[in-house]
Amino acid sequence: MSEPLRGVIVSHAGLAQAMIGAVETITGVTDALVPVSNEGCDRQALFNNLTTAVGSGPAVLFIDLPGGSCLTGAVSYARGRSDLAVVTGVNLAMLLDFVFHRDVTPDAAAARAASAGTRAIRTPAA
Amino acid sequence: MIKLVRIDDRLIHGQVVVGWGQPLNVGFIVLVDDAVRASPWEQDLYRMGVPPEIEVIFASISEAAARLEVWDQDPRAGIVLTPDVATLASLTEHCHRVRRVNIGGIHHRAGRTERLRFVYLSDTEVDQLRRLAAQGIEVTAQDVPTARAVPLTEFT
Repeated sequence: MSEPLRGVIVSHAGLAQAMIGAVETITGVTDALVPVSNEGCDRQALFNNLTTAVGSGPAVLFIDLPGGSCLTGAVSYARGRSDLAVVTGVNLAMLLDFVFHRDVTPDAAAARAASAGTRAIRTPAA
Repeated sequence: MIKLVRIDDRLIHGQVVVGWGQPLNVGFIVLVDDAVRASPWEQDLYRMGVPPEIEVIFASISEAAARLEVWDQDPRAGIVLTPDVATLASLTEHCHRVRRVNIGGIHHRAGRTERLRFVYLSDTEVDQLRRLAAQGIEVTAQDVPTARAVPLTEFT
């Protein structure tokens, strides 16, 4: 891959922006992630915002929930495009892993991010 | 029984499934949209956001008009969704069972102006809603159940 992947976080309200702030605070990486909120968007407006955020690609789209307007908008946008991949259930752990592993294909990055995010979900004894 | 007839351009999303679905204990959701009815992959996409215990039914306007009575007699609580005012108006033309309409979200688009934070309407859409109200249909705007149901006359 000649161009590092961009991560586009698609969320309700201000979650995407807040997650990017957290990633930047922890890692110092400031050029890997772009936020998209569904706030005030119908399907076409969300599609337009995704177009702007993704740019020329390639990219991984991180979605907050495994259903709903963010997912339907993102999957509709990414449909048929091999330079885009979609991951749902975005969490901080997967983003922290992603920003340091962007020199792979979108599908590989999405699989890796999903694995990192899943590993972070635990129920430690308090 | 149909508990909610809602206009929402996001169709099936969090406010519908969780915000309304939980308190109404919804057992089925009817998505009335001719384009989605004809698109299996879009149907799969919308199903992804719904728990398996809730049935999702995809219907064209004509199919919905023909089956509203059946759905209204279903022992489960149901939600009927349309993406826009025109679809809802068309549905009511073909079937007179709709007595209340909830406007849950109509977002900005060219030709629409802001009426409420989550409701943007063109003049044509305002006229269509007023015609529904003149037929005795109660039209209110309310994005989530904990919000106040705003009567049509307050935002048009």
